[in-house]
Amino acid sequence: MSFSVTEPSKRQKSIAGFLVITYALITLVPLFWVFITGFKTPPDSISYPPKVFFSPSLEGYVNLFTTRTRVTPEQMQALPPPVGFAEAIVRNRDMVIAGPSKFGERFMNSIIIGFGSTFLSIFLGTLAAYGFSRFNVPLKDDLMFFILSTRMMPPIAVAIPIFLMYRQLGLSDTHVGMILLYTAVNISLAVWLLKGFIDEIPREYEEAALIDGYTRFQAFYKVVLPQAATGIASTAIFCLIFAWNEYAFAVLLTSGTAQTAPPFIPTIIGVGGLDWPAVAAGATLFLLPVLIFTIVLRKHLLRGITFGAVRK
Amino acid sequence: MIEKPIERVAKATPTGMARQIKGLSDKAVAWLFVGPTIFLLLAINIFPLIWTINLSFTNFRANRPNREVEYVGLRNYERILTDSDTWLSMQATAHFLFWTLLLQVLIGFALAWLINRKFRGNDVWTTIIVLPMMLSPAVVGNFWTFLYQPQIGLFNYVVSFFTGVDPSSFDMLGSVDLAPWSIIIVDTWMWTPFVMLICLAGLRSIPDYIYEAAEIDRASKWRQFWTITVPMVLPFLMLAVLFRGIENFKMFDLVVQLTGGGPGSVTEMASINLKREAFEKWRTGYASAFAIILFVTVFGLASIYVKALNKVKER
Repeated sequence: MSFSVTEPSKRQKSIAGFLVITYALITLVPLFWVFITGFKTPPDSISYPPKVFFSPSLEGYVNLFTTRTRVTPEQMQALPPPVGFAEAIVRNRDMVIAGPSKFGERFMNSIIIGFGSTFLSIFLGTLAAYGFSRFNVPLKDDLMFFILSTRMMPPIAVAIPIFLMYRQLGLSDTHVGMILLYTAVNISLAVWLLKGFIDEIPREYEEAALIDGYTRFQAFYKVVLPQAATGIASTAIFCLIFAWNEYAFAVLLTSGTAQTAPPFIPTIIGVGGLDWPAVAAGATLFLLPVLIFTIVLRKHLLRGITFGAVRK
Repeated sequence: MIEKPIERVAKATPTGMARQIKGLSDKAVAWLFVGPTIFLLLAINIFPLIWTINLSFTNFRANRPNREVEYVGLRNYERILTDSDTWLSMQATAHFLFWTLLLQVLIGFALAWLINRKFRGNDVWTTIIVLPMMLSPAVVGNFWTFLYQPQIGLFNYVVSFFTGVDPSSFDMLGSVDLAPWSIIIVDTWMWTPFVMLICLAGLRSIPDYIYEAAEIDRASKWRQFWTITVPMVLPFLMLAVLFRGIENFKMFDLVVQLTGGGPGSVTEMASINLKREAFEKWRTGYASAFAIILFVTVFGLASIYVKALNKVKER
């Protein structure tokens, strides 16, 4: 049997485990609450004491995706029987479905802008990272620091001139404008992370390829890119999560066509401020992809979280 | 038959374009790689910054683009630095920074230390603890306002369950004393995992043999903790504080969602104040000057801090 002085004792381990698990469970409570509130009816969601057990309903989700109008009992009598479960739920509240809500569109905007800016950040970021890693770029350290320092600006400070600039260029409230903006914000993280990954690929690989007659570009995409694939993938996840979660620019620079979900979800609450299940339903749908990504890709995320400061 | 290198070069190189590129010097290729990124940053970060500096000397108002713009010199800066609202917002920011950093460092380090006891399943629980920081602060912050509702909110219910205080007797978001804490709690909930992860990386970077040597020298566990663990994790911890400090100085989304700067202006932190000036009162010139002051403050504090960090690393 091996014995190590650095291995904690059994008792220490179980106390540590107990404390960490307690913290983790407390941390999960708000998220669990978002999830179950999405399946409550509005009266259940605001009952006192807060209900953990309730009969689940899809009313929150129906309200999230539709707009509804109130009808009088006489009008209701005149209507044909409800088609589908959604209509039935809405009729219970003396209302009829008037049309789809904007949630679908806003969600699509988040997807378009998120993936668009991630693609662009990774494309430009990989090129720049390779350049910084392999060539003697003049003022390399200054440029790298300059790239990092762009992260220190409060978003509102940049938002003022961007707002004016976009108004001039006709980019306000457009997908292209938001994609460019998020790319500019993300690229500092992308370059720093990717440079770290590319630095770790031995130069000899490319030198061999160059001797074999590859051009610089061929060596880059046939030798370096496949080697850096994992690094690129985990950087991409980070850019995507940032663009997905971003709020300050979205709320200041978009209002309609290009508005993403984060500024939209809080506005669902609408008239009377009682429709928490719909808000919770929207939040659940919006947060779920990130939760899944985080759990599936946990091993690759650490470096991105710590801005590449911590290796491995 | 073995191909001569020169033939392979000829085969591997597509004609036209490639030959042109091959003619480029390494320096030119380097700029092709780095150039687009630098260009984008110049266009969307540096150009706006210069524009902001320029605007900060004017009385420009973005909601009246046709009005004649006057240069007012340093008047905007003078007004900001003598305005008591500015100092109140700086105070609110400082209060928020101090408590969030303190709580996150203490809890984050403690958690990392516990996780590093390597109990079974520690990686699964680490992932679960990390979840809040991956989520959208605006969406989550918005939902916290529901948890903080005085009568029906889960937070108030839990507090009253453990302390016996009437859940409708206190309003986390609406009372002057509690509102700053409502934001500190959510921020700590979201970002403690970040500090924890960096500390964990620090703890894992300490080689076992140092502890083994200390054990042979009969140093007590307590002494080992203070003379080995803490000094070796300190650079990592300071890095975590730097990142959190910069982020929290800019704090915007959580505050907007939770309190919107209220009640009154108790939680009106610097960037909320800036947003009011820029996008509600439309005093663009004034707000630009304020933005520059904030940027210089963050940049200055961060540079001083990085110097201190490097000193700690050298030790």
